[in-house]
Amino acid sequence: MSSVLYDAQGPRAKRRNVLFTAVFLVALAAVLWWVFSTLDEKGQLEWAKWEMFFTSSEPWSTYIWPGLENTLKAAALAMIIALPLGAVLGIARLSDHAWVRVPVGIVVEFFRAIPVLVLMIFGLALFSEYTNVSSDDRPLYAVVTGLVLYNASVLAEIVRAGILALPKGQSEAAMAIGLRKGQLMRSILLPQAVTTMLPAIVSQLVVILKDTALGGAVLTFPELLASANTMSGYYGANTIASFTVVAVIYIALNFALTTFASWLERRLRRGKKSTGAVLKADDAQVAGTAGTGAGGAT
Amino acid sequence: MFDFLEDYDLLGAFWTTVQLAVLSAVGSLIWGTLLAAMRVGPVPLMRGFGTAYVNIVRNIPLTVIILFTSLGLSQTLGINLGADDFETINFRLAVLGLILYTSAFVCEALRSGINTVPVGQAEAARAIGLSFGQVLSLVVLPQAFRSSVVPLANVLIALIKNTTVAAAIGVAEAALLMKEMIENEAQLLLISAIIAFGFVVLTLPTGLILGWVGKKVAVKR
Repeated sequence: MSSVLYDAQGPRAKRRNVLFTAVFLVALAAVLWWVFSTLDEKGQLEWAKWEMFFTSSEPWSTYIWPGLENTLKAAALAMIIALPLGAVLGIARLSDHAWVRVPVGIVVEFFRAIPVLVLMIFGLALFSEYTNVSSDDRPLYAVVTGLVLYNASVLAEIVRAGILALPKGQSEAAMAIGLRKGQLMRSILLPQAVTTMLPAIVSQLVVILKDTALGGAVLTFPELLASANTMSGYYGANTIASFTVVAVIYIALNFALTTFASWLERRLRRGKKSTGAVLKADDAQVAGTAGTGAGGAT
Repeated sequence: MFDFLEDYDLLGAFWTTVQLAVLSAVGSLIWGTLLAAMRVGPVPLMRGFGTAYVNIVRNIPLTVIILFTSLGLSQTLGINLGADDFETINFRLAVLGLILYTSAFVCEALRSGINTVPVGQAEAARAIGLSFGQVLSLVVLPQAFRSSVVPLANVLIALIKNTTVAAAIGVAEAALLMKEMIENEAQLLLISAIIAFGFVVLTLPTGLILGWVGKKVAVKR
């Protein structure tokens, strides 16, 4: 195997690799042994702490499914509201009129610079002070509000970067044949930009899904993480087991989303209709001045 | 109107935020660089470990990791990172969680920098007889570092905002103070504006300065 860093390996390099592998294996084994002995010492490996996940449906039906349902509900609501809002903000930021472009730019940069958690805490207080949303629903509203404000701004940057990444000739040709600005955006730029930025959008959806956990930890929103916490109390402090199960669920959900994103990316690269340009998650942030970051966020 | 601020340690809370960010940034830069070295290196086992680490950690919410350091590591397993009082323990645990999480993104930022260097550069360097060390230090790494600046800056900004998650385990940083102030005072908009302003001050200049540096040092291709 050859890469930019090293050439195809000869016999000496191969022997050295075997040595590295052996040393690394010993180190890894030592760390794993330490982890297992610590867990064992505290009795966290006893079957009694794990068996309910395999032998009964109670932890699933009482804690995990209801929590997962809330997680997915908050994430889906936030995605459904943030996607169109982000698209509108992104396009508005490209407007020819300064009185549209500048305020939208300020709003987008402002909400991108603030942590989601701060927006959620603000949302919770806002709903309790100025609306009559029942106190059971407030955490959900607050989580969705925070996620929408933050992620719509990030999505706006993705949309803007996706449209800007198109070859200039596209809009020049469209204007040359006499299309109006609206027509140019609707029939020329957006259809191409959507295929370009889909991977980046899906990465942002992963961020939304992960950030719902904040609501459980700080805002008493009964989502997956919060219900796992209650669950570990109920089953006699099987913290390690509960967190492992929850982590595996999150990994499976997000892995499904990211796998879908990379499949989409490959497919779009092959597609004849696209320009071949694909916007990675990072590129959108490079385009903005105050980027929020690789898979960013809280 | 601003009287109530005297009862709260606003600067102290933001100082904790800054401390969390700086310590985690240094730690995740070290661990992330090691991970990146494993991921791009020639040893298959290390590559596999690096890839697995990044893919697993990136897909777990930071909140889960931070809560786990407190409930799992500290309260269940008794790993307190050499501290005695709760405040120090939670602070150190939060830094540990942030390092574990952020280093996955640091690794990816560095790797994306290395990936922008065309293979032809290294091949040409080998062809004129440079040794492995010379290829790395004279040709590949200088270009890789320069294109890593912007992605690393994005990771740093995300990290600054992510420090708020430490509020979940009771570290007295800006978001926790905000929550406390909102509960005690009837000044919702003012308090939120102050906290938001604090974060804008921390993140916006960082993004502008590092973005400018990144553009300045970028390799024109």
